[in-house]
Amino acid sequence: MSKPDTIKKEPLIHITKRDAISWQKSMLIRAIAIVCALLFTAVIITILAKQNPFKVYASMFSGAFGTPRRIWNLLNGTCILLGIALAVTPAFRMKFWNCGAEGQTLIGALAAAACMYLFGDKMPLPLFFVVMTLICIVVGAIWGLIPAIFKAFFNTNETLFTLMMNYIAMQLISFFMLIWGKDGSGTLPNMPEFRFPKIAGNEFLLAIIAVLIVCGLMYVYLRYSKQGYEISVVGESENTAKYIGINVKKVIIRTMIISGALCGFVGLLLVANGSCTVNTAIVDGRGFTAIMVSWLAKFNPLYMILTAFLIIFLQCGAAQISTDLRLDKSIGDITTGIILLFIIGCEFFIHYKVHFRKKTKEEHDA
Amino acid sequence: MIAFLVSAIRFGMTLLFGSTGETITEKSGHLNLGIPGTMCVGAASGCVAASLYYTAASGNLNPVLAVLIPLLATFAGGALMGLIYSFMTVTLRANQNVTGLVLTTLGVGISDYMVAGIEPHTYSSASIFFTTSLPFAKHLGWFGELFLSYGIMIYLAIVIAIVSSLVLNKTKLGLHLRAVGESPATADAAGINVTAYRYGATCIGCGIAGLGGLTFVMDYMLGNWEYVIDSIGWLAVALVIFTVWRPNFGILCSIIFGAFYVASSYLNIDLAAKALFKMLPYVVTTIVLIIISMMNRKEDQPPASLGLNYYREER
Repeated sequence: MSKPDTIKKEPLIHITKRDAISWQKSMLIRAIAIVCALLFTAVIITILAKQNPFKVYASMFSGAFGTPRRIWNLLNGTCILLGIALAVTPAFRMKFWNCGAEGQTLIGALAAAACMYLFGDKMPLPLFFVVMTLICIVVGAIWGLIPAIFKAFFNTNETLFTLMMNYIAMQLISFFMLIWGKDGSGTLPNMPEFRFPKIAGNEFLLAIIAVLIVCGLMYVYLRYSKQGYEISVVGESENTAKYIGINVKKVIIRTMIISGALCGFVGLLLVANGSCTVNTAIVDGRGFTAIMVSWLAKFNPLYMILTAFLIIFLQCGAAQISTDLRLDKSIGDITTGIILLFIIGCEFFIHYKVHFRKKTKEEHDA
Repeated sequence: MIAFLVSAIRFGMTLLFGSTGETITEKSGHLNLGIPGTMCVGAASGCVAASLYYTAASGNLNPVLAVLIPLLATFAGGALMGLIYSFMTVTLRANQNVTGLVLTTLGVGISDYMVAGIEPHTYSSASIFFTTSLPFAKHLGWFGELFLSYGIMIYLAIVIAIVSSLVLNKTKLGLHLRAVGESPATADAAGINVTAYRYGATCIGCGIAGLGGLTFVMDYMLGNWEYVIDSIGWLAVALVIFTVWRPNFGILCSIIFGAFYVASSYLNIDLAAKALFKMLPYVVTTIVLIIISMMNRKEDQPPASLGLNYYREER
């Protein structure tokens, strides 16, 4: 590569890893990134849609917070996304790239709808709720268990395996919908009689409380339990884990059961505390978005509340933009995508320092 | 039967572009989950270019230009997505899975926006040049129909697959690229520019994958835009596993995948069974994935550092 006779030149830019960064500084970098992203998207919106960007942002806020109904939708959306993000987190902490949250949630939702359809009226309602919850959790866990077993024993690539499982789940749903849909329309009827009861007259409160409890439990589990510690060690180095006597196979399988079970539970919430029916679009890509939520929060369950909220806020806002300004729906996707790219990119500046030639340690931000 | 095979091949070649592109990308160690978005953007760029050319030529299309302009635009659009991906993962060292998934969201959004802004007839008129086959194909009976009745993109897919297979396995360039994907630290120590190879392979791979999107719109859909390109993209990602990372083998695999995909419309079965049939490509891929990991043959494994970023200072 380099010729021996050339003069040694200092490179224009060189990068060093930061040892530690103060909490405030890392937040500042993230804030700068979000501001940059908003400015950038403002330029894009102005150019593409020939709209005043401030008007766009204003309608974004009204879409998220405009009416009590919208606020509840925002909170419900946040908690569902948070639930799936919590589910993928233990797997991610052990560097098991579970891209199958979509499928695990779908299969949980299918199980819930199947319970309603097949034996909802055959037992008293409280008992039915318990049975349905258990079935959904077990089915989700099985869907997560399958790739885990192969990963543990044959080191099968889990990213690709779980991705495939998503589509298998999706096709299973369309299969059962066609079989059970009486009118041949390929849709299951709504079964609101089996909906979870409202708490204090609010239809979303149950799901929100349930997910917040799970969030707290997950934080404690990952942070303070022996199993949580084992997950972290396996994620850091499998060899270290083996050396100190952790059964890696067992940890992988156990963690994926938890991951899948939680996804199954969210699937249950989507059906039994939401639509009361199932279709292939019920999870709507949130299994993938949840990966971003979890990753952006550095796999910390408490930060995930914030990141899930941010993403749902962006999506609610984007939906409002497209109706208010009669823009194409896709503007929302574009805005969300660009903002996420900026946030992902800014992580670099949190972990690394950029030095320029001849300038002493100049800070560089997004 | 012939019609079924022809349809399987036409659909399969759409996938072949995607899987060849993704194979090249994965050989450099990049698990690019942004391929579905890339295919959308590629197809949309091609359509926009075709539409612009239509307007510029005021409807009098030159067959060569009508194919070439969208083709180049598609490649450029796809490569641009690859460039963003590489910038994020190589230069900014972002997580590959997360970056890929964001790019898929972004790509679907951008392509929807681009296509919504142009008149359908302006790009669909170019489709006829994409599907023009050799004039004497009709006179050769089943042989002509099975082998010669396709538009240019189908043959291009096969040529690209064979060429990339040769480059990957027979040239120094390919050897270096595979080294980067297997063990970037070793490659770096041997003086291979890991950054350049990862950027290059990802951009070229994404450009090729983009062509798959264009093929789907211009050839398979006969110039009609349909909002399913991203799901085809995931199928292409699955196909890479099925081909065990070999583009030449991929030609056959993509036809099998295409056959699975179109079979349900040629079989006389009810809708529910068709839904199960559509599950087949994914089930088969999963089984192949399991088998190759069980057999544990060195030649059939994914690149060893697939999905991992390379930090020189962390060796």
